[in-house]
Amino acid sequence: MDRPIRVLVAKPGLDGHDRGAKVVARALRDAGMEVIYTGLRQTPDQIVNAAIQEDVDCVAISILSGAHNTLLPKVVKLLAEQDASDILVVGGGVIPDEDIPFLKENGIAEIFTPGTPTSVTIEFIKANVNR
Amino acid sequence: MNIEAKLLEGNKRAVARLITLVENKDEAAFELLKKLHNKTGNAYVVGITGPPGAGKSTLTDKLVKRLLDEGKKVGVIAVDPTSPFTGGAILGDRVRMTGLSTHPNVFIRSMGARGSLGGISEGTSAAIKVLDIYGADYIFVETVGVGQSEIDIVKNCDTTVMVMVPGLGDDIQAIKAGIMEIGDVFAINKADRDGAKKTAREINAMLDYSSKDWRPPVKMTIAMNNDGIEELFEGISEHRNYMASTGLFETRRINNTKNEIVELVKHRVLEHLFDNAYNEQLINSLSVNIVKRETDPYTACDEIMHNIKKN
Ligand SMILES: Nc1nc2c(ncn2[C@@H]2O[C@H](COP(=O)(O)OP(=O)(O)O)[C@@H](O)[C@H]2O)c(=O)[nH]1
Ligand SMILES: [Mg+2]
Repeated sequence: MDRPIRVLVAKPGLDGHDRGAKVVARALRDAGMEVIYTGLRQTPDQIVNAAIQEDVDCVAISILSGAHNTLLPKVVKLLAEQDASDILVVGGGVIPDEDIPFLKENGIAEIFTPGTPTSVTIEFIKANVNR
Repeated sequence: MNIEAKLLEGNKRAVARLITLVENKDEAAFELLKKLHNKTGNAYVVGITGPPGAGKSTLTDKLVKRLLDEGKKVGVIAVDPTSPFTGGAILGDRVRMTGLSTHPNVFIRSMGARGSLGGISEGTSAAIKVLDIYGADYIFVETVGVGQSEIDIVKNCDTTVMVMVPGLGDDIQAIKAGIMEIGDVFAINKADRDGAKKTAREINAMLDYSSKDWRPPVKMTIAMNNDGIEELFEGISEHRNYMASTGLFETRRINNTKNEIVELVKHRVLEHLFDNAYNEQLINSLSVNIVKRETDPYTACDEIMHNIKKN
């Protein structure tokens, strides 16, 4: 039996709903992945600690609060400090096109904006995890 | 990464990686567990089981906090059922333990019950060993108490807490046999709700009929509000002391180990059969042909048995 890809789905920031994150979590599960769902209002430090303990292949961050330019690179940086840069980091949510190059330069592998079919996210994760 | 050295230093990345490796049945990882087996046996293993939504994760969070305050090192293994069709799972127990993620003295791991072969108890007992080597004083194993595989998981534990909620009604009857057997301590959680006392009475009445020497205490908790946690922890400690003073602790660990070996062998045998004699594809095509009346279940079984004997 092939081992399933493990993905941590996190929803940092202060805004209060996680519908988007849950849709992604379900889609990844249905694609055969083990999704560790960590809930609302996670700090980058909490996300990274959870990702390390769960030994995930990928961290998928859903973000709506507009703080993506600080929160996403922070996660990448903290992972690097823990010697865990092999973990793929992707982001999703309302992120303006002009911010995407900056995020990619800072180690976020891909950004999925609203309307991206979940199949695209699934294929990207499958093709890009280090294992 | 030198997993062995890092693990013995208590490095969380090494702990996490080794759990992944044993979960994936990596031979080198088992060699390491063989080598380090004499470093295990120190952690006290507490099972937290009960119906979905009873508050097991919330209770675990509070019990862990209490132990961390005391300076203890703690491991948590949270097992969630896997979706049987895709093999995927959503493991959501961490949602209730967010505050613990960054604490240096706790390690939390979520595990899916991958596949139908019942290998989850094997994965759990291996993960328990890793957390034991990591230096945990206590290890909590949370699992939904509904099926046989969950009961198997509980057979890895020194004390099992059965979490109930008010108003289970007929469900209590349905799970009665199971809970009588595996609960060492009972928590009636959500005691803020109507009917908590009634549920406690019903469970107490049931326990009165049990012939076991240990009479499980029944504790009321409101996990959400951190209420009754101290009393629940006392219940766990009473059970621990009782077992230690009667020699039952040793007996229980031997029984758990017996179970573990049998499970290991059973699982290896099943795997061997899967690899060599029957697989998903064969089962599918045989089933299709049986429905078409091209063959029948008995002939199909003969065919599989033939494959087994050939190997
Ligand atoms: N009313 C009430 N709700 C609680 C209590 N403890 C937990 N909950 C809630 O019950 C739900 C399920 O809790 P969880 O710990 O995830 O249950 P589990 O599925 O058994 O792990 C959550 O919404 C908790 O906030 C309690 O003592 N009283
Ligand atoms: Mg839970």
